[in-house]
Amino acid sequence: MSDMTPQTVAPAAGVPGRTDAAGSSSARPLVEITDLRMFFPITQGILISRHVGDVRAVDGVSLSIQKGETIGLVGESGCGKSTVGRTILRLYRPTGGRIVFDGQDITTAGGASLRSVRRRMQMIFQDPYASLNPRMTAAGIVSEPLEIHGVGVKSERQQRVRDLLATVGLDPSYGDRFPHEFSGGQRQRIGVARALALHPDLIVADEPISALDVSIQAQIINLLERLQGEFGLTYLFIAHDLSVVRHISDRIAVMYLGRIVETANSRALYERPLHPYAVALLSAVPIPDPAVEGRRRRIILTGDVPSPSDPPPGCHFHTRCWLRERLGNPDRCVAEDPALRPLSSGHQVACHFAEEVDGSAEQVQVTGRSPGAGGVAAAAGPAATAPYAPAGPPPRPRDRG
Amino acid sequence: MTLPIQSSVAAETGNPSIEPGPQEGVDVEVSLESLSQWQLALRRFLRHRMALVGLAVFSAIILIAIIGPIVAPYNPLDIPGARLEGGDPPSLQHLFGTDDAGRDVFTNVINGAHISLAVGLFSTLIAGIIGVIVGAIAGAAGGFTDNLLMRIVDVTFAVPLLFLILVAAVFFGQGSMIALILVFGLLQWGLIARLVRAQFLSLRETDFVEAARAVGVSNLRITFRHILPNALGPVIVVLTLLMASNIVLEAFVSFLNFGIAPTEATWGNALSNSQGAMEDGNWWWAFFPGMAIALTVISINFIGDGLHDALDPRARL
Repeated sequence: MSDMTPQTVAPAAGVPGRTDAAGSSSARPLVEITDLRMFFPITQGILISRHVGDVRAVDGVSLSIQKGETIGLVGESGCGKSTVGRTILRLYRPTGGRIVFDGQDITTAGGASLRSVRRRMQMIFQDPYASLNPRMTAAGIVSEPLEIHGVGVKSERQQRVRDLLATVGLDPSYGDRFPHEFSGGQRQRIGVARALALHPDLIVADEPISALDVSIQAQIINLLERLQGEFGLTYLFIAHDLSVVRHISDRIAVMYLGRIVETANSRALYERPLHPYAVALLSAVPIPDPAVEGRRRRIILTGDVPSPSDPPPGCHFHTRCWLRERLGNPDRCVAEDPALRPLSSGHQVACHFAEEVDGSAEQVQVTGRSPGAGGVAAAAGPAATAPYAPAGPPPRPRDRG
Repeated sequence: MTLPIQSSVAAETGNPSIEPGPQEGVDVEVSLESLSQWQLALRRFLRHRMALVGLAVFSAIILIAIIGPIVAPYNPLDIPGARLEGGDPPSLQHLFGTDDAGRDVFTNVINGAHISLAVGLFSTLIAGIIGVIVGAIAGAAGGFTDNLLMRIVDVTFAVPLLFLILVAAVFFGQGSMIALILVFGLLQWGLIARLVRAQFLSLRETDFVEAARAVGVSNLRITFRHILPNALGPVIVVLTLLMASNIVLEAFVSFLNFGIAPTEATWGNALSNSQGAMEDGNWWWAFFPGMAIALTVISINFIGDGLHDALDPRARL
């Protein structure tokens, strides 16, 4: 059972320009981060600050993003997923590790070289009420990136702003309105237009829909997907809503307490999570099939997420791990940091005992497979389709190869 | 790829004719300037009735301060009234009556206006300018600079204002208006600096500043374009309140005979002269200067209230 059946990987294996396991691709990834660490210092002192500790928001994350793909980064609040996104954009100066953007090491870049890279990567924010300057008009907000990078003359910029507003589905005549005159969904469209203004390659979308009404969420998701097709965008999609991530992502990375614990193809992860934490996380996602849902049992993790300023030794998850308990609390979990290791299914999992997860009652429960069906995916077909694709299987042609 | 739900996009934009994607035929001039925010603020202010009343009263007071001394019926140094014990009650000749020295109270109130207003305005201006600069530097720089500046602010708060005024009165010679303005201004900027710094600290972390940074906007432009305009609204409101309180403070200090020289006609001095007059029933000595102070302060506070609403971009029109 620990030998992975290859069929979970099959759908994505033939797609050109993407990798399923790090290092297996000859194409240069758009973004490659290696052992990224971002610690925020905790200081004390009245006049002179003393360094008394660190919040280890990101603690050794490696990830490569291929051009044109969408990576979903999931995890609970405070696990460092937003920090990963913002550090890639170099809104922070990383404590350690390397960030390579399209072959250029930008880990410590500054000044002009950082500015030129920033043209090529942009961000969409979670809260459309906080991410737009209330004292600037929509047109002013969208036009600012153009002004900063000296794109065109004023009339050209105005035309470009109008085009951008139209592209994201806003009436260009709304350009002279202020953010508070728009609805949440419209504001998020302005944020998307701003991110698009410089024709970026990479867009980090930091929970772009979690502050929106459910009815608006689908619109924004569809907008993002349409734009990806039109402009060949690469997305790092940060979210905690797993059903949304499932819909939009090609590949998913699960984070826990500053580290990536599992990466896999979107479909493979949902059908067959191999890290105990990923299993627990997925158990929180309802499956839209009453029969399957009735059989499922949620895995309730006990205790709180440990403090990122003092993470537990060894595997960060060992304090709450259901598998470790089952296995009789092996010392290895405490003594040894589990590295992300590729399993033959195309998953990369940071767990010493990942093989034990596969086929376990918990995994079966979570994925909604009928017990004893063997292999993969009795219920993984249309019944488990994400809610954003009511018309049938997920709509990305290149997903299907 | 595009799902059926996409159709509701057009509904949301309120214009069913809009199709996603670049479009032709849209020929609407989009202003890239965000100047009209001040027009919006003005419109909001003009809808605030109490603020308009305040503005009208305050404008009248300023007008009186400027042209009052010219049109006042008497020279402030004249003693047209009878040197009766207790002075004359209000009459057609002396609208506000006269005091015990025979001075016309109406003339005194009119002539006192410009001193009260000047002290209030200029001390507030000094506090505002220093406070905004120091607060902005502290908030934008952070770290050691921030710490140092805030400790200096703590020191200015630790100095008892009245004590320093008494010292200044002795040091500069009593009755120096400049000294009074300087002491008020130099001891009160800390309040503004703290406010500006707090605004900077919270605005610095907002997503729209982060977004500007991600675009590559320079720190200087972030400070002046994104943070300062959003920080100034509350500051302007607090400054109007500070001006009102400084006018009261000037009157109070003069009342204690440590402010403007008692020979000078100010509202505070007029009140000071009226100590004991109420017991004798000479209410007009205190009433009219007191009303002048109260009217000024109330009208400024109303204006501040109106500004508060007008400068909040989220407020409804």
